[in-house]
Amino acid sequence: MSSSPDLRSRAEALGQTLPPLLAEAEMLAATVMLGEHGRRRAGLGDEFWQYRPAHQGDSARMIDWRRSARSDAHFVREREWQAAQSVTIWVDPSRSMAFTGDRSRPAKADRARLLGLALAVLLLRGGERVGLAGLAAPRAGRTQLLRLAGRLAGEEGTQDYGAPETEGMVSHGRAVFLSDFLGDLSGIEAGLARAADRGVKGVLLQILDPAEEEFPFDGRTIFESMGGSLRHETRQAGELRSRYLSRLAERKDRLATLGRAVGWHFSTHHTGQPAQSALLWAYAALQGGR
Amino acid sequence: MFTLGPIGFATPWLLLALIALPVLWFLLRAVPPAPIRRRFPGVALLLGLKDDEAETDRTPWWLLLLRMLAVGLAIVAFAGPILNPEARVAGSGPLLVVVDGSWADARDWPRRVEKAGALVAEAGAEGRPVALLRLTDAPEALTFQTAEAWTGRVAALEPQPWTPAMEPWAGTLPEGRFETVWLSDGLDHPGRGALLDALQGRGTVRVIESPRPVLALHPARFDAGKVVLAASRMPAADALQLEVLARGPDPSGIERELARLPLAFAAGEARAEATLDLPPELRNRITRFELAAGRTAGAVSLADDSLKRRKVALIGAGPDQEGLQLLSPLHYLRQALEPVAELIEGSLSDVVLANPDVVVLADVARLTQGESDALTEWVEEGGLLLRFAGPRLAASDISRFEEDPLLPVRLREGGRTVGGAMSWGEPKALAPFAEGSPFYGLVAPPDVVVRAQVLAQPDPQLAERTIAALEDGTPLVTRKALGDGQVVLVHVTANAEWSSLPLSGLFVQMLERLAVSTRAALPGAADLAGQTWVPEELLDAYGQSQDAGEMGGVAGEVLAEAISGGPTLALPPGLYAGEDRRVALNVMGPETKLLPADWPPSVPVEGLERPEAQALKGAFLTAALALLLLDVLAALWVAGRLSGLRRGVALLALALLPLAPEARAQDAMPDDALALEATTAVVLAHVLTGDAKVDDIAQAGLLGLGDKLWQRTSVEPQLPIGVDIERDELAFFPFLYWPVTADQPTPSAKAYDKLNQYLRTGGMILFDTRDADVAGYGATTPEGQALQRIAAGLDVPPLEQMPPDHVLTRTFYLLHDFPGRHPRGPIWVEAAPMAEAEAPEGMPFRNLNDGVTPVVIGGNDWAAAWAVDDGGVPLLPVGRGMAGEQQREIAWRFGINLIMHVLTGNYKSDQVHVPALLERLGQ
Repeated sequence: MSSSPDLRSRAEALGQTLPPLLAEAEMLAATVMLGEHGRRRAGLGDEFWQYRPAHQGDSARMIDWRRSARSDAHFVREREWQAAQSVTIWVDPSRSMAFTGDRSRPAKADRARLLGLALAVLLLRGGERVGLAGLAAPRAGRTQLLRLAGRLAGEEGTQDYGAPETEGMVSHGRAVFLSDFLGDLSGIEAGLARAADRGVKGVLLQILDPAEEEFPFDGRTIFESMGGSLRHETRQAGELRSRYLSRLAERKDRLATLGRAVGWHFSTHHTGQPAQSALLWAYAALQGGR
Repeated sequence: MFTLGPIGFATPWLLLALIALPVLWFLLRAVPPAPIRRRFPGVALLLGLKDDEAETDRTPWWLLLLRMLAVGLAIVAFAGPILNPEARVAGSGPLLVVVDGSWADARDWPRRVEKAGALVAEAGAEGRPVALLRLTDAPEALTFQTAEAWTGRVAALEPQPWTPAMEPWAGTLPEGRFETVWLSDGLDHPGRGALLDALQGRGTVRVIESPRPVLALHPARFDAGKVVLAASRMPAADALQLEVLARGPDPSGIERELARLPLAFAAGEARAEATLDLPPELRNRITRFELAAGRTAGAVSLADDSLKRRKVALIGAGPDQEGLQLLSPLHYLRQALEPVAELIEGSLSDVVLANPDVVVLADVARLTQGESDALTEWVEEGGLLLRFAGPRLAASDISRFEEDPLLPVRLREGGRTVGGAMSWGEPKALAPFAEGSPFYGLVAPPDVVVRAQVLAQPDPQLAERTIAALEDGTPLVTRKALGDGQVVLVHVTANAEWSSLPLSGLFVQMLERLAVSTRAALPGAADLAGQTWVPEELLDAYGQSQDAGEMGGVAGEVLAEAISGGPTLALPPGLYAGEDRRVALNVMGPETKLLPADWPPSVPVEGLERPEAQALKGAFLTAALALLLLDVLAALWVAGRLSGLRRGVALLALALLPLAPEARAQDAMPDDALALEATTAVVLAHVLTGDAKVDDIAQAGLLGLGDKLWQRTSVEPQLPIGVDIERDELAFFPFLYWPVTADQPTPSAKAYDKLNQYLRTGGMILFDTRDADVAGYGATTPEGQALQRIAAGLDVPPLEQMPPDHVLTRTFYLLHDFPGRHPRGPIWVEAAPMAEAEAPEGMPFRNLNDGVTPVVIGGNDWAAAWAVDDGGVPLLPVGRGMAGEQQREIAWRFGINLIMHVLTGNYKSDQVHVPALLERLGQ
């Protein structure tokens, strides 16, 4: 009796969060109309690609008799090659992502999930297989989307800062890392190295709150990390601003350099801005990285 | 009580706590402001950063100062500070209260009495005997009595309207030592020093003076025919604006304000003057001037006869007598009287109607019976008839055998001439004026001689009627009473023909004495001497008129002395009447100066009221609280926690913004909304006329037209909008429907600019006077006039009645007429530029390709025909039966054609080229 209401309430909570997240992601994805997603060459697939004259070696089964009957030569019907890519998305579940500098802005984690799921919608629509690092293996299809949405909504980390998860990553696939990348750089580097070892290329999207970008603090302050594991006390927070900003710039630069070294794309997205531009960038970066 | 300057403290020992402030300083200084805890993921990047400065380690000095000040104020507040604490000095011995009691005291007499009463009561409470002395009273021996005996008398004390005589009082002071409190009026009076010395010889003297200024009005005087009023003040401080009221009876005898004139003291000036220019009718009625500000006798100046100007009618010989100006019998009279009297000239019958004070007949002998009767009646009612002799009078036989009622004596025939070329003797000089003559006291200059005169018949009454004679005893001026008035005959001419009298100053003086002209401003001692003057009206110290009562007359000499020296106890200010005139005795002479009393430094001088003791505890506590509140804000700011408050402050600032920008914002908002609404799609618009019914129909009409456009064409207009041409931007609308009402206001210049810009840049206005049922056939309707008025400022091109081949007839439907609710009123559109354009052979239309008419003017009330309700059902009936519905349909079609014309221009006109185009395309 005791577990049932708990389960039910959790399920209801999930049911409440899931559809909005999914709907929002769908809405976001709907703004990106990229047309048919093909490989632009002949191969295995469902779509018609072209008729070509039959060569020697083509089996009689391959000849398209309907087309051949219209002329004297024999034609083979070729289909467009539709090789699906495996894309693994990692959304940083750590507690630092729960931060928001202003009640009017979503938490970084919310934005990261939204972006991840919208990306998944787009990719699934394009016929790719999409999975969540460590949570769901890459699969194609509409049902995968629901699964991804459920997994994403339920994910809640305990650590202060996250390191990229590479488990379940398909070799030579694609990966998307959505995080604030404020944690220990070595963990990020290691994750990136593991992914690069498997030949995975992808996108690093740093999601920051504008407060983290501007450091609008003053006076005597004790800063604590979201989990409370780190703390720093200052008497004049305003004095630290320039040095904080230079460190942040350095961190971004380092991430970009790291990414470039292994063929990844890096960009920063602020929760104060609309998600659409970031989604477009990420999608384009995934496409371009092919 | 411990006092510090004007501030005393109820519990001064509490001030010792102020010593603790420095300790507090160190304590507060050591405690830094508390930190804020913030969750911030970026802390990972902060690790290892060190603070640059250790400055905010301690509380900033100014915050400390703020807190110290707050605490200090609180300590002072609890010590019970009192401003102007009452310090009572107990006196001993008898107390003499001296009151000036002059007119200058009247300005704040109640407070003086109150003060005197308080002094007496205080002395009574201390058991001291008291005496009260009013200096304006006659000196008398003083005795000290108990305070109770004085209490009633103090309350009944009144000021007097004269200056106190102080010196005599010095001799009547009671024996023994006593303390003196002198309630001074602030003015310096003669003998004050002597009295002060005498008082100081008996004990301490304390002076209480009112700081209020003393204002006084000098008697009015004449200057160049205008009344000049002067006022003085003491002390001469800042610039001051006063008003002088002139009071007197109105024609019905009720006293009221006749004039009011401003009087401005320049800063630092003790005297100010103003000029009053009044018509003589009004001026002669003025009885008193008073300063509106000061209710004292000094601020009142009674007007006596010297202000009055007589109305004198001058009647000369008939118009047949032409002569040089200097020979005119009236010339010298006019010269003598013009500055001092109002002159009336004209025919006798006319001037008597004007009821003058004096009628002067210069050498007028014969009067008609009617004139004579009127004049007699007028004299009997109190007029003064002054006649001058002359050749005509001498030649006439008037009053020859029996006395003419309008001549004082009988005249002998022909008169006489002395000292001439054809006569014996010397020209006769004047004898000194006898006592009892009105001219008594005047000195006849020896060079005044008479060469010719008319002679009086010796009669029994001649001697008593003679008021001036020549040295040989011949009467020169005779006078008789007639009823209430008198008749005076001067036996010489009014010009210099018969005597040199009119050339001398004596002539003027004699006229004055005869009360023909006004006298000099102030009567001299000589004028007053020898008469007894009876007071008619007296002034009290407050400037109020009192009945003189039983007061006896005074000799002229005494009055003259009082006029120059000021009124006294024996001779209070007022109006004194003599035999033939009244003299005012005012408190202020023309040159009286207001001098401040100058007390020696040994005499302490106090104001009439002392500042009240004021507890300052509340003020100090409030200040301390305010500082503490400020400290809260400051502490928040120092600790960096004020950012959250900023939004609140910003909101507060927004709320406190003046209304004007807000109003502008409100104006700007609908503009944007309007722009958005009007530009998202085609929107039909109508001009708001202010007439709700017309506007509603216009709205419904455009709604109906819009529906039809939706249904039948590719034009899909949104809901119509009513625009205010004064306020709204017109550029968004391709088409304006303007129903003209008779009482529509003419647009402002700004609106015209906007409308013209609209018309020039391709907008179209459909003016609808809605009067086609009554207009036409040359009739002008109010709406038509309103349209003319409105269109006068518009840049409207030349118009013509719509030609049958106008493009409006075929932009969508082919139409022949354009009915609205009224079937076929004329419609005016822009005239075709090429009137001579001919229709090509075989074509129904002329080649007119350019331009969309900017205005369409008609009166068919289209909106009423188009109007539908929300359900799309026509609102108003049109015509009758099916014919009416047909008419409505045609009206809609016209509307559609109109909108098509607006939106597509002349493209239908260009369709005439279609055959040629098709031919060129080779099909």
